[in-house]
Amino acid sequence: MIADYSNLAMVTSVVLYLLAMTAHALEWASARTARVAEPALVSVGAGETAGKPAADAPVATDRPVPSRRVELFGRVGVAITVVAALTHVTGVVLRGIAAGRAPWGNMYEFITTSLAIVAIAYLVLVLRYGMRWLGLPVTLLLTIGQGLAVTVFYVQVSELMPALHSVWFVIHIIAAATAGAAFNIGGIASILYLLRTRAEERGRVRGYLARVPSAEALDRVSYRTLAFAFPLWTFTIAAGAIWAQYAWGRFWGWDPKETMSLVTWIVYAVYLHARATAGWKGRRAAIVAVIGLFSFWFNFVGINLLVSGLHSYAGI
Amino acid sequence: MKNLVAWLRFAWTTLTSMRTALILLAVLGVAAVPGSLLPQRPTNPVGVSDFLKAHPDYGPWLGRLGFFDVFGSAWFAAIYLLLFISLIGCILPRTAVYLRQVRALPDAGPGRLDRLPGFVSGPVTATASDVLADAERYLTEHRYRVRRDAGAVSAERGYLRETGNLVFHICLLTMLIGLGWGSLFSFKGTAIVVEGQAFSNTLTQYDEFGAGAGFSSSQLAPFTVRLNSFDVKFEAGTVQTGAAREFNAHVGVTVPGSPEVQQSLQVNAPLQIGGDSVHLLGHGYAPVVTVRDGNGDVAFSGPVVFLPQDANFASQGVIKVPDGRPERLAFEGIFLPTAVSGGASGMVSAFPDVLNPELLLNVWTGPPKVETGQPESVYSLDRTGLTQLMRDGKPVTVGLAVGANYQLPDGKGSITFDGWKRWTKLQVSNSPGGWLVLGSVMLAVLGMALSLTVKLRRLFVRVTPATITPDETTPAAALRDAGGSSLTAGSSGSVEPTVPEEPARDEPASRRAPDTMTVSVAGLDRADGRGGLTDEVAALAAACGLGVTVTDTNEEEPQ
Repeated sequence: MIADYSNLAMVTSVVLYLLAMTAHALEWASARTARVAEPALVSVGAGETAGKPAADAPVATDRPVPSRRVELFGRVGVAITVVAALTHVTGVVLRGIAAGRAPWGNMYEFITTSLAIVAIAYLVLVLRYGMRWLGLPVTLLLTIGQGLAVTVFYVQVSELMPALHSVWFVIHIIAAATAGAAFNIGGIASILYLLRTRAEERGRVRGYLARVPSAEALDRVSYRTLAFAFPLWTFTIAAGAIWAQYAWGRFWGWDPKETMSLVTWIVYAVYLHARATAGWKGRRAAIVAVIGLFSFWFNFVGINLLVSGLHSYAGI
Repeated sequence: MKNLVAWLRFAWTTLTSMRTALILLAVLGVAAVPGSLLPQRPTNPVGVSDFLKAHPDYGPWLGRLGFFDVFGSAWFAAIYLLLFISLIGCILPRTAVYLRQVRALPDAGPGRLDRLPGFVSGPVTATASDVLADAERYLTEHRYRVRRDAGAVSAERGYLRETGNLVFHICLLTMLIGLGWGSLFSFKGTAIVVEGQAFSNTLTQYDEFGAGAGFSSSQLAPFTVRLNSFDVKFEAGTVQTGAAREFNAHVGVTVPGSPEVQQSLQVNAPLQIGGDSVHLLGHGYAPVVTVRDGNGDVAFSGPVVFLPQDANFASQGVIKVPDGRPERLAFEGIFLPTAVSGGASGMVSAFPDVLNPELLLNVWTGPPKVETGQPESVYSLDRTGLTQLMRDGKPVTVGLAVGANYQLPDGKGSITFDGWKRWTKLQVSNSPGGWLVLGSVMLAVLGMALSLTVKLRRLFVRVTPATITPDETTPAAALRDAGGSSLTAGSSGSVEPTVPEEPARDEPASRRAPDTMTVSVAGLDRADGRGGLTDEVAALAAACGLGVTVTDTNEEEPQ
């Protein structure tokens, strides 16, 4: 009964995210036609020059002239996302109540929880820091992710298998879900950074790309998010190892999931080191961050579906 | 010789450079991927042989190159050892620099403050010493380390950033040491124990055992674990039917000199006995049978461990009766906990729990074997000297429900299926380096969090007598245009800012009565991706009595 309400809430949230995404798409589409002050372009942080840009380099003042239609669609998009996120979180909570435990026992539950954290983090960033430019990519992610969750990965509520009866079940998975949410937002910022630097180098920052912050600011958002996610991810792996010691009698056994988590960790370690290395800053580092995101998703979805290992629970 | 030294020096410099470390790290990441995608011998030997069967063309080559044991392969070890050597080469000089920095005062800063990312300059009516004292107070309150020079204050904060960074990297090394220590002295063994039977912690009782090179059998803690009963529950509902829901082994533990203690052994709750850990790893069924030989004597009686073959615990096993006379007997077959007719494939098990147990066996007979003392597997049948029992030209298939008895043809004996018991697979292990690994990882996470969150910031305040009219606030851009003219403080290009060479009056700047001074405040962040520099420079400027807007050349908050 409660499980049915949970399902209803989840499906509703997919529809709402889709609507929000449409609103943001319209926002960006109308930004394309809106008149934009042609910015003075510099290649700050473009990665080709080592060290800090010269202090007297002019800063691109490329905020577009706000058009009323753009603003309207943007606000509508955020408003719908707020409702969608509330529905989504309700769905997750009801799922937990229906199951009588933390709702992270299988891929469906993990995806919905992780995406709920993405939605909340995104709304905080929008409402507190005015980062509405994340709207389209984030609602796209939420629509696809939640859509796949309710259609492909859905499983009915059931009890946990004995290996999951542990406090580490809560610790390990909430850390993984939070780190995953941050990886996603950081990855989106990195993708936008790559698009934006290309546009800046070509000297054509127009339309929606003019509405996202400068490449440098995008780079910083990406770095901060990933710098938050990385220690958390390290903790996730460490907590997983402690749990594995209790459950399987060894803390590391090169299970496919463990291995791929380590690979993801290494990719983000490369990212952090790349940002501190001349010649790797900027674009190359951003590409590494995007690879990290792919690695995370592959670990999360691909490993469960393609390779059998100890992390295969509940059918998928 | 000289060439060799030069070459070694070059190799060391190259190996320990950040760029090399970066590449090694990336290569390590790429190298680990096949270990996750291809089946690995240590974790999935069956998967490896299946893969080799499916890909006879390139499978053996992958095997030769170590792709089925990536994490035990020489090339993987080479990558991570090089990486750790590179790491040591990076940490050592950095630690030396760090120790010097921690004990030293901050740098005096660059000659031209206006080149820094955050910069503000303007006139203040106060004595130089008052301005600098205000600056010092502000900086100390905000936990900066402050250096006071004549006419200048330099400050730095965020030393913990490098502390965290070094702690993290050093902890990676201690973790590796812990892992190495563990692989030398650790051991891990498994044993199958049937309900009602016991396991004593000696080498002969293990079914499988592996240990490091430094292991000696005296490391095994003396104890006995008796499996009294094993509870297992499976999902009987419609969702995930047959999935395990509860495992609980009721065991009696005896250590020398004390009576048996009843304990419960569960999946996430291993037992700690005398420093060794006992884990519950698996379970299965052991049919209990009684076999009478051709003479009518009981030649075998008891449980026989059968190994599960599928998720519904259809289990395979062999019942060997070497003491049967005049002929020895052997039975080979499967145990089905919930037997149902499976169509073309014969009988199958439909549920992992025991609802309709059935034992299906083929029978083999042969003359008694000479005792050779050679070890043989209890799970497979060596058929030399045995012939399969036939009836009407077809192999005899014995199908038994619990309690049923089957008389073998030609008076060769009989078999009774008395019942069944559960068995559990116990793992006993001890890894002495575990606490070092765990401690290192925890400290590493802490260090990493510090190194990624602590702000590394330097601030500078310089005071010079004003040579411009008091009302005129000079925008920084204009100052920059003025280049090295006498308009700005700190533009002389000297590293040590000093009191101007030609003081306007006879007395030193600091002792003069309140007068108009030019105060320059500047700052920079030495760590990537930090915001808020502009605000802090402005705050420091305000503390010094300056009330001007800050030139922001490098800050743009995300909108």
